[in-house]
Amino acid sequence: MEKISTLTGIGVPMRRSNVDTDQIIPAVFLRRVSKTGYDDALFYAWRQDPDFVLNQEPYKAGKILVAGSDFGIGSSREHAVWALRDYGFTAVLSPRFGDIFRGNSGKAGLLAGQITDEDAEKLWAAIEANPGIDATIDLVARTARVGELTVPFEIDDYTRWRLLEGLDDIGLTLRDEERISEFEARRESWRPKTLPVKTQ
Amino acid sequence: MSTTNVSARSPRTLAEKVWDNHLVTKGEGGAPDLIYIDLHLVHEVTSPQAFDGLRMAGRPVRRPDLTIATEDHNTPTLAIDKPIVDLTSRTQIDTLRKNAQEFGIRLHSLGDVEQGIVHVVGPQLGLTMPGITVVCGDSHTSTHGAFGAMAIGIGTSEVEHVLATQTLPLKPFKTMAITVEGELRPGVSSKDIILAVIAKIGTGGGQGYVLEYRGSAIRALSMEGRMTICNMSIEAGARAGMVAPDETTYAYLKGRPHAPQGQDWDDAVAYWNTLATDDDAVFDAEVYLDANELEPFVTWGTNPGQGVSLSGAIPDPGGIVDANERSAAERALEYMDLEAGTRMKDIAVDAVFMGSCTNSRIEDLRAFAAVIKGHKKAEGVRVMVVPGSARVRIEAEAEGLDKIITEFGAEWRFAGCSMCLGMNPDQLAPGERCASTSNRNFEGRQGKGGRTHLVSPVVAAATAIRGTLSSPWDLENTPDGQTTPDGQTTTDAKVSA
Repeated sequence: MEKISTLTGIGVPMRRSNVDTDQIIPAVFLRRVSKTGYDDALFYAWRQDPDFVLNQEPYKAGKILVAGSDFGIGSSREHAVWALRDYGFTAVLSPRFGDIFRGNSGKAGLLAGQITDEDAEKLWAAIEANPGIDATIDLVARTARVGELTVPFEIDDYTRWRLLEGLDDIGLTLRDEERISEFEARRESWRPKTLPVKTQ
Repeated sequence: MSTTNVSARSPRTLAEKVWDNHLVTKGEGGAPDLIYIDLHLVHEVTSPQAFDGLRMAGRPVRRPDLTIATEDHNTPTLAIDKPIVDLTSRTQIDTLRKNAQEFGIRLHSLGDVEQGIVHVVGPQLGLTMPGITVVCGDSHTSTHGAFGAMAIGIGTSEVEHVLATQTLPLKPFKTMAITVEGELRPGVSSKDIILAVIAKIGTGGGQGYVLEYRGSAIRALSMEGRMTICNMSIEAGARAGMVAPDETTYAYLKGRPHAPQGQDWDDAVAYWNTLATDDDAVFDAEVYLDANELEPFVTWGTNPGQGVSLSGAIPDPGGIVDANERSAAERALEYMDLEAGTRMKDIAVDAVFMGSCTNSRIEDLRAFAAVIKGHKKAEGVRVMVVPGSARVRIEAEAEGLDKIITEFGAEWRFAGCSMCLGMNPDQLAPGERCASTSNRNFEGRQGKGGRTHLVSPVVAAATAIRGTLSSPWDLENTPDGQTTPDGQTTTDAKVSA
């Protein structure tokens, strides 16, 4: 994973709450087996509407998404993160995220920062007052800046550290492999085993 | 979960006990805990990129014997003996088959007697049991919490992580008690409980929490009923939902193919009996619901929190204080082509979908069949019944439910996720309105432009008969039952028992 410290790009105001992952990427696009190439699928249904924010210049080339509350709720599909990333987004700010989406973002290198409802309003206003203006995310300072406006965002320490260092989660866990083996050695025999196969 | 400062004797909740029991390493300095995973369920949609990741890193699957795969999301529910027509779907299924073979993972393919929706198959095989941790690359993994397991939906990167390490780094959760006391009236079911809970706490209300469902109304539910409730915990934003194991749990589990046997069974039950939340344990949040007052519930909008009693009307968005919620409600009504003030029972549907990991188990099909028996479906309404697994289909056919369903005029399909998410050809056409026993009424969830009202199996059945959103209470007479003074029938009583 690439190291992230500062992200800069066109800010996109998405004044919608409860943006579920079915909206971010509809299920019909989940039949692919690749991890990239989902940019056309992003917000597929909403992009049929000419008034949708991503159909408008200069937001088409957006990099930093500022969304309403409860962004990424619903289905666990990590394709939602891949689609945002493939489209060009590097960060999403929202007052509240679906838990699974936020976890997926951290694993797949998309920065998900939590802001207050008031700051979401301020960021939307600052972007809409100057469409096409860059937003800058400083992961070290945990701030988002648009023009003169700087607001703090929250991201947990561990995810921030992993993003800053560009670390592979599996590699980190396997450093504790001895502990995993010790745990396995004391697991009770009643716990489920899928093999050998038993059926009715 | 407050696992810090927990000694063996301090009072703990069910969720905390299961968490503590799976702690491989305790996270230091803001790092997450490393939690051991007892059971990993895999399906075709969220796994291909995870297996690719393993291949690229040259990593094996650490515990194939704790992993099981099934084909469910994009499989057809008709002509399952023929090659899958859609090439993209076929490729994804073929990819799972190749991966299962390469990595030594048990797979139940289309046509196999154990194939079906992953959350129906796990419990049915007796793999899901109390006090274990379960993960799957699917948000409805929360279903398995009905057994007193900690069951968490994960993304594809996490699927890869579990395949490689059989563990998951997880941040401790907070705990929320959802206490439902009282007795459900005939015609009211567990689906109505969970829809009412979500309407009460909202789609984000459970965020950061593991929910524990408690109280006399939960205790009285069958395992199928508990699974329906835990299944939709994610729709309240929660990572998991749980019910403490009891005799109902043990009776369901005992004798199933992978349930513990002999001494193992006795050891397991002795441990499971220690799992219930301690009397003096403290939850981070508590919610109460009165089961006596509950009516059949139905959604009117485009998220599962936008619901009302079936006897009610669509609320006026103008009355919503929060500006974001108000505009979300306005937008939902526009998408649903509905107006504030419309009585829910005046809404006509084009389709009824009976299925999904929420409501496709044998008890759900029995409840549906008991209401439709002897009736014909409303003219012009398409009714699709999709069992949750091949086993459920066999069981239903042995009981003659398929005959009741086909004589009613409904389609009797093969097992899979089907129209819950429309990844396969089972989709709504744009503008079509559906009463669905599934879990999500998101825009386009059941097909682009489709409109979904979430309902219970018996409401789906009554709606299929009348063509408008209806409960069994609205049926004047059912052939097997006598109408009671308040419009209920003895058939309904049987249904909800």
